Amino acid sequence: MKARVHVMLKNGVLDPQGEAVRHALGALGFDKVEGVRQGKVIDLELADGTTEADVAEMCEKLLANTVIERYEIELV
Amino acid sequence: MRAAVVVFPGSNCDRDLAVAFEQAGFQVDMVWHKDVQLPQGVDIVGVPGGFSYGDYLRCGAIAAKSPICRAVVEHTERGGYAVGICNGFQILTETGILPGALLRNAGLKYICRTVGLKVATSDSAFTQGYNAGDVIQIPIAHHDGNYFADDDTIARLRDEDRIAFTYTENPNGSRGDIAGILSHNRRVLGMMPHPERAADTAHGGTDGAALFRALAGVLTPA
Repeated sequence: MKARVHVMLKNGVLDPQGEAVRHALGALGFDKVEGVRQGKVIDLELADGTTEADVAEMCEKLLANTVIERYEIELV
Repeated sequence: MRAAVVVFPGSNCDRDLAVAFEQAGFQVDMVWHKDVQLPQGVDIVGVPGGFSYGDYLRCGAIAAKSPICRAVVEHTERGGYAVGICNGFQILTETGILPGALLRNAGLKYICRTVGLKVATSDSAFTQGYNAGDVIQIPIAHHDGNYFADDDTIARLRDEDRIAFTYTENPNGSRGDIAGILSHNRRVLGMMPHPERAADTAHGGTDGAALFRALAGVLTPA
């Protein structure tokens, strides 16, 4: 089985990289972009029987820093 | 007085930190990241700057889970002293020893230059060699030094006088101009600027030396 973890900065945490991407898109003429937030996608190859709770524990302990980031788990 | 300096793959300020400790009178042991315990009788642990594990995942995230960091956490939980500089500060926040996190610099650029630091409190083993309000010149060299913590944490740091240093001119967007903070028991310091790079006349400045000298004074067995 596989899991896909999305890690994003929490709302309210400044994302200067996303902001730089927004500026660059504006410079290319994409003037309808009102905000950009940049995150990470982490794909995990998991042994059968691994639960979503296991993946959540991985997120809490390592994959995300919950001081500044939130995560979503997608089992695929 | 004994100091241990942790060496991770990618550390690059470990030797500078060891020299700064030695010049202040410490006997220094270098400790490898795979070691599971600190040498007996260590008074202070130094977590140096650099790019531990290539800054993969997040700066300091992998280092914080290394075997030696478990020993460092236990050392601080026993009331032991520790100082984390630059990547070492990032590592200490990732372990949870210090609150908050270090984000990408607001201007997105890696910044490498000497900055003015205001000593925000002299009430710690690290800062007692200065007077509160002193402005010292210390180099910074980081891409992710933008200190972030939620409003409650920032208020608590202020109320408990745990902000050690602030920037006179904020280079990276850090909240409250914070450059360095202390743990709740004031025995752990994390800071982005590099006092070990301003500890010898050959460095072009010696404003950082007082930090190591002060530590040596406190940790000297009575």
